[in-house]
Amino acid sequence: MSLAYHDRLTDKAKVGAKAGPKLSWPKLADQRWLSPVLLLAIWEVASLTGVIPSRILAAPSAVVQTLAHLVVNGDLPNALIVSLARMAVGLAIGVTTGTVLALAAGLSKLGETLVDPPLQIIRPLPTLALTPLFIVWLGIGETPKIALISLGVTFPIYLNLFNAIRSVDPRLMEAGRSFGLSGWDLIVNVVLPGAMPGFLVGLRYALSVSLLILVVAEQINASAGLGYLINNARDFMQTDVIVVCLLVYALLGLGADLLVRALERRLLVWRPAFLKA
Amino acid sequence: MLQTARRPTAVSPVSTPPRAAAMTPPPSVRVKGFTRSFGATSVLKDMNLDIQPGEFVALLGASGSGKTTLLRTLAGLDPAPVDQVSTPAARAVVFQDPRLMPWKRVWRNVALGLKGRDIRGKAEDALGEVGLSHRLDAWPATLSGGEAQRAALARALIREPKLLLLDEPFAALDALTRIRMHELVLKLWRAHDPAVLLVTHDVDEAITLADRVLVLDQGRIAAEEVVTLPRPRDVDDAFQAIRRRLLGHLGVTSHDPAVAAELIAFRPRQDAH
Repeated sequence: MSLAYHDRLTDKAKVGAKAGPKLSWPKLADQRWLSPVLLLAIWEVASLTGVIPSRILAAPSAVVQTLAHLVVNGDLPNALIVSLARMAVGLAIGVTTGTVLALAAGLSKLGETLVDPPLQIIRPLPTLALTPLFIVWLGIGETPKIALISLGVTFPIYLNLFNAIRSVDPRLMEAGRSFGLSGWDLIVNVVLPGAMPGFLVGLRYALSVSLLILVVAEQINASAGLGYLINNARDFMQTDVIVVCLLVYALLGLGADLLVRALERRLLVWRPAFLKA
Repeated sequence: MLQTARRPTAVSPVSTPPRAAAMTPPPSVRVKGFTRSFGATSVLKDMNLDIQPGEFVALLGASGSGKTTLLRTLAGLDPAPVDQVSTPAARAVVFQDPRLMPWKRVWRNVALGLKGRDIRGKAEDALGEVGLSHRLDAWPATLSGGEAQRAALARALIREPKLLLLDEPFAALDALTRIRMHELVLKLWRAHDPAVLLVTHDVDEAITLADRVLVLDQGRIAAEEVVTLPRPRDVDDAFQAIRRRLLGHLGVTSHDPAVAAELIAFRPRQDAH
């Protein structure tokens, strides 16, 4: 919040205090939870009065009940584990591939010549457009889902890390060389730590890409996982189950974000932004 | 207080053996007929320069005079033919910007590239010498400009260089910090006895610190002043005479009185020694 904005609020608070003690607008203006709760309340009332039929959208209360039910009977935890495993395996493969390729291209001119052109050619292609081809090649089991996630994740990691390696401060590289670092020592002490911020930016993108591809890929003929739960619910018009699954996807996105933030705090502790905090 | 123009050998711990004192020791740095060109322009032209072991040489020159190129050549950062440029293997650079790795704590920066036992102990000693014992585990981003430059000095000295190259290391510091750094550099130079090449554009800094001041102009050494004033050096008549001559060599005949006043106002009060 800007200082000016804050001052305006404080002034208003003073005016409000003079006019009467009842309404305190500045305080109300700080209540960011208010509008979401209001919307939920409207949604709940509309569902109860039949304005929104449950086959269009289940009531919030029904969603909560279904959530509890799905957790107790084990359907949701089981589905979540399957989906999480897809995401994790896909990420692991993709992040590793992207990192290896970026190191190869970033650390040697020959590597760049060999690795960069093909990747730049494939890059503009939306990964999900490869779904039909992957199904033809890999069937409809777990393999094409994981392969799609891996491929999608490879690009943000590769592009960001490659760029970060190439933009490591040349003055620091020179200083490192002047103090006798070369080869592997220079890479470990200067290049990789210098490229770490860029890598983490790539990782942030990679996590959101992996979630996006997971959502689409696991609706391909899934027999387990959140996608399977959603597909079934769609067939039976169980909007409550669909909303529960959407909630879980949202939580996955949030969790991914928290993970990267935690990594940043740990790995970039030397940055002025974190040192001040 | 034993401070003569030449650093007294009695103070230096790593001195040449007594019998070597009779003959002239081989120079620490020898540059002979070295020319360095970028494209059609020669930055250094047929350069000849010897620096004796333990000698403190300052290199003055305007921007583009080739002084940084010469320093980089001596630092091994730019290639040079071995028959034209020879330097000790143990050399270390302090750059104008501290160039500490921001992701390494201060002591690890000082120990950068060192291998062996008790590296931390060595780094502690080096940081103690520059008065940074209390910042061993600090992150570089939390250091002040002066502290960062002192850490850079410690990083250079921990390697026990026979040649210390200083590339305008105090240019970015405020005047008071700069004075403290001058005293520190002289102290470290006496204790460790390296040959020093200081590149600077500050005439008074050069006269305050160096045994010999060279003026570089368009890739050639245009003038040389041997400074025999006893250290610590006050801005007395002899100092001012040298300054006038050097400014003349640099092509500054009537320099701005305000600039001169500022230079003089911040002379170190060295009677406190």
